[in-house]
Amino acid sequence: MIYYSTSRLMFILRVMAMRASLFITCYNDTLFPETGRAVVALLERLGVELDFNSRQTCCGQMHANTGFRAESFSQAKRFIRQYQDVEVVVIPSSSCVAMIRDQYPGLVHELGNASLRSELDALLPRVYELSEFLTDRLRVEDVGAYFPHRVTYHASCHGLRSLQLGDRPARLLAKVRGLDLVPLANLDRCCGFGGTFSVKNGEVSSAMLAAKLQDIVVTGAEFCTALDNSCLMHLGGALHRQFVGMRTIHMAEILASTEAVPAEAIA
Amino acid sequence: MSQPAYHPVLDPAVAPPFPDAALPVLRNPQLRKNVAHAIDVIQTKRGRLVEEKADWQALRTAAAAIRTQALENLGAYLEEFEARCTAAGGVVHWAADAEGARRIILELLREENASEVIKIKTMTAAEIQLNPHLEAAGVKVFETDLAEIILQLGGDEPSHIVVPALHVNRSQVREIFARRMGIENLSDDPQALTAAARSYLRQKFLSVPTAIGGANFLIAETGSVAVVESEGNGRMCLTLPRTLITLAGIEKVLPRYQDLEVMLQVLARSATGERMNPYTSLWTGVTPGDGPQRFHIVLLDNGRSQILARQTERQTLRCIRCAACMNACPVYRQTGGHAYGSIYPGPIGAILTPQLMQMHHAQSLPYASSLCGACYEVCPVKINIPEVLIELRSQVTDQERKQLRRIFDPMYLGLRVANLLFSRAWLFHAAQRLGRMALGWFTGKDGWIHSLPGAGEKWTQTRDLRGMPKQTFHAWWAARRNAGGKEAR
Repeated sequence: MIYYSTSRLMFILRVMAMRASLFITCYNDTLFPETGRAVVALLERLGVELDFNSRQTCCGQMHANTGFRAESFSQAKRFIRQYQDVEVVVIPSSSCVAMIRDQYPGLVHELGNASLRSELDALLPRVYELSEFLTDRLRVEDVGAYFPHRVTYHASCHGLRSLQLGDRPARLLAKVRGLDLVPLANLDRCCGFGGTFSVKNGEVSSAMLAAKLQDIVVTGAEFCTALDNSCLMHLGGALHRQFVGMRTIHMAEILASTEAVPAEAIA
Repeated sequence: MSQPAYHPVLDPAVAPPFPDAALPVLRNPQLRKNVAHAIDVIQTKRGRLVEEKADWQALRTAAAAIRTQALENLGAYLEEFEARCTAAGGVVHWAADAEGARRIILELLREENASEVIKIKTMTAAEIQLNPHLEAAGVKVFETDLAEIILQLGGDEPSHIVVPALHVNRSQVREIFARRMGIENLSDDPQALTAAARSYLRQKFLSVPTAIGGANFLIAETGSVAVVESEGNGRMCLTLPRTLITLAGIEKVLPRYQDLEVMLQVLARSATGERMNPYTSLWTGVTPGDGPQRFHIVLLDNGRSQILARQTERQTLRCIRCAACMNACPVYRQTGGHAYGSIYPGPIGAILTPQLMQMHHAQSLPYASSLCGACYEVCPVKINIPEVLIELRSQVTDQERKQLRRIFDPMYLGLRVANLLFSRAWLFHAAQRLGRMALGWFTGKDGWIHSLPGAGEKWTQTRDLRGMPKQTFHAWWAARRNAGGKEAR
């Protein structure tokens, strides 16, 4: 006989018939498909029914932050139209969620019409960053993950300041069995990526990166994790260049990892 | 040896672009150590004092509301200020631009027959490059703020708006003082350095009858002017001379005297990490028999009313020059202030300078930020600096994309192509395949890219890039669905 506690039962009821649509983001699709696979493994394990619209491309962040307003608006419009009918959108990238929440309203207000504005208003409350979706919508912290490694968490600026993720990532990581979480000093300091900033101001960006690496290396962790592969691409690129012997890994991959299917099997 | 190896250019019209100007600083260990150390000290103090204030966020909201109210009725408040100040014996002058302000000040100095002036630290005077113009007109300028003395005697430029000599350390100060004041055996003990500055300054305070200063706030309700400072040298300039000339940007006005209650709290905590700054001087026109008997105030526009006319950028004028944004900025932390090529460095400088300078220097300053948002988080008047940075970037882009030579600029070309790709999924997917082939050329046996040509070199100069995986996510998803569901992996 199977015994379910009340809270477990409530959780199952919440998740049952929950359909989520995955917005994987352009760079995860292209450069970090393993993060997408991990999100699928994790959410399906929790009982969420997933949808993926293969016509999706980009949220428009790169264009918006480089000053290409008209182009970023056309991508915003595309996003809103593609997701207007879904129950919830889950996005494993804090900066893309920040783009949608912080910049779409201004873009749509300036360049869009009334119907697009009301579609956006209706859509925004249904857009979730991955850790928000877990802790706020599914209300789960223990996702049943197993990851027996020493890990440090890097707070991406957009997750920290725009999404105000607070202790959500730490709460999720705390429940991962086997995981030894090492705090990172100067958590609120940018790693220096900043999109085209890393190229337009390559040297200053590298100086910021060097300062961040100092803090990361002294943790002695095996893995540096975050909720945004753009920061991790920056940090991971330097860790690899310098033979530090530490790897970067998106938090979705840690949370997807179990005894039966460890992160390496998903990657 | 403590002379900087380069001379910083703080004129936005001629300064090199930010990435170039940053290079000599990035290679200067002494400068970077000085900047990081000074910032850490201020940041730690600020953090403690903000934390002890349970109503800090409410104070920020109140301060932003006061500044917004002042700006929304700026014309009326300025006229109210002018009327009250004039009634109290002050003389109000209006300057449309830097040249106008300099002309007014020079005329006033001629009326005074002044060949020397003592000066309180004022960024607005630096904005209009007052000192070189006064010197050229034969007026000797003596800075009285300790940091400004260090810079003036050392032939250096300010790198911060609150702590202008933040990039200079104690032993460098000792060297400058010993050399320029002719003091042998000067130690680098702070007390000895202060004593040297004091004896240098005392003669000036007592002998020069004309002072030039700035203002932190102008009070419309009473016609009063407020100057806040740490050293008391400002107060000497405000009380001892016969004539005082104050230069202030038109945005400095506050509606009511009572508004100081909020503004002084957020300013001191944000600027120097103090509950209250040591010296707050407030005066209204002229008081017979007490302090300067002639008081002139020059109200400077210099591009401010144009900023006021623009909806997103207007918030820039709320700034109270506390410098919390630069202290919090991870970019400023690495580069210090000189790289910004302007008297206003850091995040606020990156938005203020191009706007004050008719978008001069705008090609690089709005991009000198990773948009991390630390500046917005600490700003006591809630200026959304990242939002203004992005707005300025789009103005630059709108302007540049019309230029013929930009058609083949890799960034413009790349972003236009990217936009096309993002508008059709099949094009995007085709580009991914092409990209994988192209990147394959540069991908090593270990699956990583160690060197890229062109703009990519800026990435690979310090970081590797993982090669592109064989299968995109959407291809994996399609294969899995075709294979009949969740099991296929």
